[in-house]
Amino acid sequence: MKFDKELDTRGLSCPLPILRAKKALAEMTTGQVLRVQATDPGSTKDFAAFAKQTGNDLLSSTEKDKVFEFFLQRK
Amino acid sequence: MGATTPDVAEIDDLIRKRLAELLPQAIEAQLREREAKRTPSLSIIATKGTLDWAYPPFILASTAAALDWDVSVFFTFYGLNLLKKDVSDLQISPLGNPGMPMKMPFGPEWFKSLNWNIPNVIQSNIPGFESMATTLMQQTIKNNGVASIAELRALSQEAGVKLIACQMTVDLFGFSHDDFLDGIDYAGAATFLPVAQKSDVCLFI
Repeated sequence: MKFDKELDTRGLSCPLPILRAKKALAEMTTGQVLRVQATDPGSTKDFAAFAKQTGNDLLSSTEKDKVFEFFLQRK
Repeated sequence: MGATTPDVAEIDDLIRKRLAELLPQAIEAQLREREAKRTPSLSIIATKGTLDWAYPPFILASTAAALDWDVSVFFTFYGLNLLKKDVSDLQISPLGNPGMPMKMPFGPEWFKSLNWNIPNVIQSNIPGFESMATTLMQQTIKNNGVASIAELRALSQEAGVKLIACQMTVDLFGFSHDDFLDGIDYAGAATFLPVAQKSDVCLFI
């Protein structure tokens, strides 16, 4: 998937991945896509909830070898 | 009046019936729209001043702010410690705290998984036991990629979380405003309660 910005939160625990993602999105423009990598096992549920609450679209949420990958589209 | 003209009572009845059908839908749609537009709010009273208890208020405050909520945290009594300029000296105490796992943040896995169940009477007789426990906790926090209190606090402030110190406790404990962070407010219970009244989530920590 194409993305405009990348954020590596591997090794960080709740709530840092969400806080960093929020900050990254704030610096982007509407329609741009942010790729986030995380290792926090709670992040799958957290990013879904974050997207729902903030109105940013969670385009995809996947896991591979205990690394979670999210694509968020800035609203 | 012609025979085909309905009388007033009949018209009223028809209007009433029609309104009864339409109103609930209209009201529901309006409520939904209002709900979607409304900014949720969180207010927290933070009353504990130890390293472990410093986490819940700042984790919840910073996350709520990231979710675009309005957040206020009111710090009172020992919670004031969390507003001091330097929070690197926050301590924990395993004494009288049977819920706290006592595990080592270093060594091989089997060693790290051991729970050191040290009786209170021994803990309280070893000088520096709490300092040691605090150092081990700080290492565990670092090992697990958990943010420091200073970082969570800075992120909270940056995201617009309102931090309010209880002026009464500031005076009671003999602190001065110079001891605390810049950009915080000083107020009392009468300021907090109306904020709490309007908030969707209100927590005492």
